[in-house]
Amino acid sequence: MPIALRSLTDRLAQSAPLVLALIAALAAASLLLLALDADVGAAYSALFQGAFGSPNAAAETLVKAIPILFVAIGVCIAFRASVVNIGGEGQMIIGALGGVSTALAFGATLGGWTIPLALAAGFVAGGIYGGLAGFLKARFSVNEILSTIMLNQIAVQIMNFLLNGILLDPTEAGMNNIPKTARIVELAELPRLAIGIPGLIDPPLFDRTRLHIGLLIAVALALVMTFVLWRTTIGYRIRAVGYNERAARYAGIAVGRQMILAMFLSGGCAGLAGAVQVLGLQYRLQTDGSPGGFTGGAGFNGIVAALFGGLNPIGAIPASIFFGGLLVGAQTMQRAVGIPAALVTTINGVIVVFVVSSRIFVQARQRARANPPPAAPIASAPLPEAGS
Amino acid sequence: MIENILTASVFASAIRLATPYMFAGIGEMFGQRSGVLNLGLDGIMLMGAFCGYYAALTTGNLALAVLAALGVGAAMGLVMALVCVILKAEQGIAGIGMYLFGLGMSELLFQQLVGTPRAIDGFPRLPIPILSEIQFLGIGEIFFNHNLLVYVAFALVPLALFVLNRTPFGLMIRAVGQNPAAADAMGIKVARVRIITVTVGGMLAGLAGASLSVALLKVFQQNLTSGLGFIAVALVYFGRWRPIGVLIGALLFSFVNALQLQMSAIGIDIPAEFAVMAPYVITLLALIFASKGTDKPTALTKPFDRGG
Repeated sequence: MPIALRSLTDRLAQSAPLVLALIAALAAASLLLLALDADVGAAYSALFQGAFGSPNAAAETLVKAIPILFVAIGVCIAFRASVVNIGGEGQMIIGALGGVSTALAFGATLGGWTIPLALAAGFVAGGIYGGLAGFLKARFSVNEILSTIMLNQIAVQIMNFLLNGILLDPTEAGMNNIPKTARIVELAELPRLAIGIPGLIDPPLFDRTRLHIGLLIAVALALVMTFVLWRTTIGYRIRAVGYNERAARYAGIAVGRQMILAMFLSGGCAGLAGAVQVLGLQYRLQTDGSPGGFTGGAGFNGIVAALFGGLNPIGAIPASIFFGGLLVGAQTMQRAVGIPAALVTTINGVIVVFVVSSRIFVQARQRARANPPPAAPIASAPLPEAGS
Repeated sequence: MIENILTASVFASAIRLATPYMFAGIGEMFGQRSGVLNLGLDGIMLMGAFCGYYAALTTGNLALAVLAALGVGAAMGLVMALVCVILKAEQGIAGIGMYLFGLGMSELLFQQLVGTPRAIDGFPRLPIPILSEIQFLGIGEIFFNHNLLVYVAFALVPLALFVLNRTPFGLMIRAVGQNPAAADAMGIKVARVRIITVTVGGMLAGLAGASLSVALLKVFQQNLTSGLGFIAVALVYFGRWRPIGVLIGALLFSFVNALQLQMSAIGIDIPAEFAVMAPYVITLLALIFASKGTDKPTALTKPFDRGG
């Protein structure tokens, strides 16, 4: 088979289980809607209208997709090193704290440098928090799934503590004490994003919506991380550890260090999600004190999007937009047909279970490719007698 | 000062608060001993909590509430088992899927069927005659004046010890978790053993949820467990995969919880955030120290491929 064709059929074969998982999840959602006595058609139509029905709806979908995409990119990186990063929620919070503290500390003194510096602080803060779980895994073989879950809860309390203390908006002190920081200076706000070509797309698309350039940063990050993973030595080492830890060790790769690095990069991406959320959308860090109060569950939804994007950063882009749309559309659906928006969390869970369950079929195919049955080459080779 | 904090009622409430940890932790221990990490525990607990609560709210029948929780727990445990054992899915991620499902579904059902939190009568106290009268050191109040589920949870420890160490099935569980290939060669059905342990673990997680909603808090609300199930998973690591270890861990955590409630009740000024954070920090430290031991089931999280 020509190589190009083979890679195409490979890709199709790899995405087939994803499509099947999606269909199965949709079927499950429909059954659920029927069981709840809802008009299935009306529900889906409200969901779609709410997510993509107008430029404003589409902009809201993209706004929701931004943090999901950042987290998803990070999950992909960690997963390539066989490290499961469930800590997106916590890393996002710590990243937001890093970003907002930097923006508040420097204010307008840095001019145009405030934004890059605050974003970098968010990346590093989230990265260190993720790297901590990587270190615990490499040094003490602490299961990273459990450690990141604990770190998520710890991060929420660190945030609540800081927002009720030294980071509390001075104008709030003694008033309602709503846990939120002061507003960042205008210089530190990410610009809004509108797509327009004079005369052609006029007025510009997404004008006067909440969409910000965080979207472009996230897409750029997906491209950069794809390059890093598949075209650099760093990425090669990370993937080698993920593919076969023992072989990587024999090849002289410092396995523990790669795990820490992968978790640092992974946490950094989630940290950026938090920083971008602060600089681009809320202009301050605020929460209602609950675990999802700031993140809105993006840390978990990012895992779902990463899985659904085939665990590669580029695939995570459409997947994140899909899940962003699901979240925004569910609000409309709740208003229109009275189905609680919690349906989305349920369906996300179903999708995750279906997608991980379907991976066995992809892997079976890969194994068959790696170890072709011994009979095949002999049978296809010309028999010696035939020639003589 | 200290006598205001360490009152008999604090110890009693620590014993009570240990119930959900005990049910969920002991159940999870069986799954992990056989080689399956069920990270969806919190989701199963939430569903058990809701179903138990709803059954109690609508029928007032506590036996039915317990049955509902056990049933939904068994069903979710079975699904998790099939996904992990037959389809060999990555256990950590499948668990997150189960968690999200339980989190969303329990809230969905609650909003659809109940709406606003309504208190139920739930399990009444069941003082044990004579023993609950012991005044010395408050022993009667601390140990013998609880609801039925508390006693059941603690009775589970000797039962688990017996099953695990003194029965053929317990031996199978341990063999399957330590060396599935050898167990398979001995004729043990690896997949079947794992499916049974994870399903039973799910049942107990459902009961753990009901012990929270029907016996302890007597109410249901969105995300009632707030991550308690994840702590229960870590407790098994903390307890080094042994029933007594899980018991000690559960008591330690519930004691920290009870202490935290008491301190805020008598107005001791430590930031609430640190109190809430404490169990998670302790768990993390425990995980670091637990890693040194060699008690961990060798085949934990590894699907078994029979090959050939």
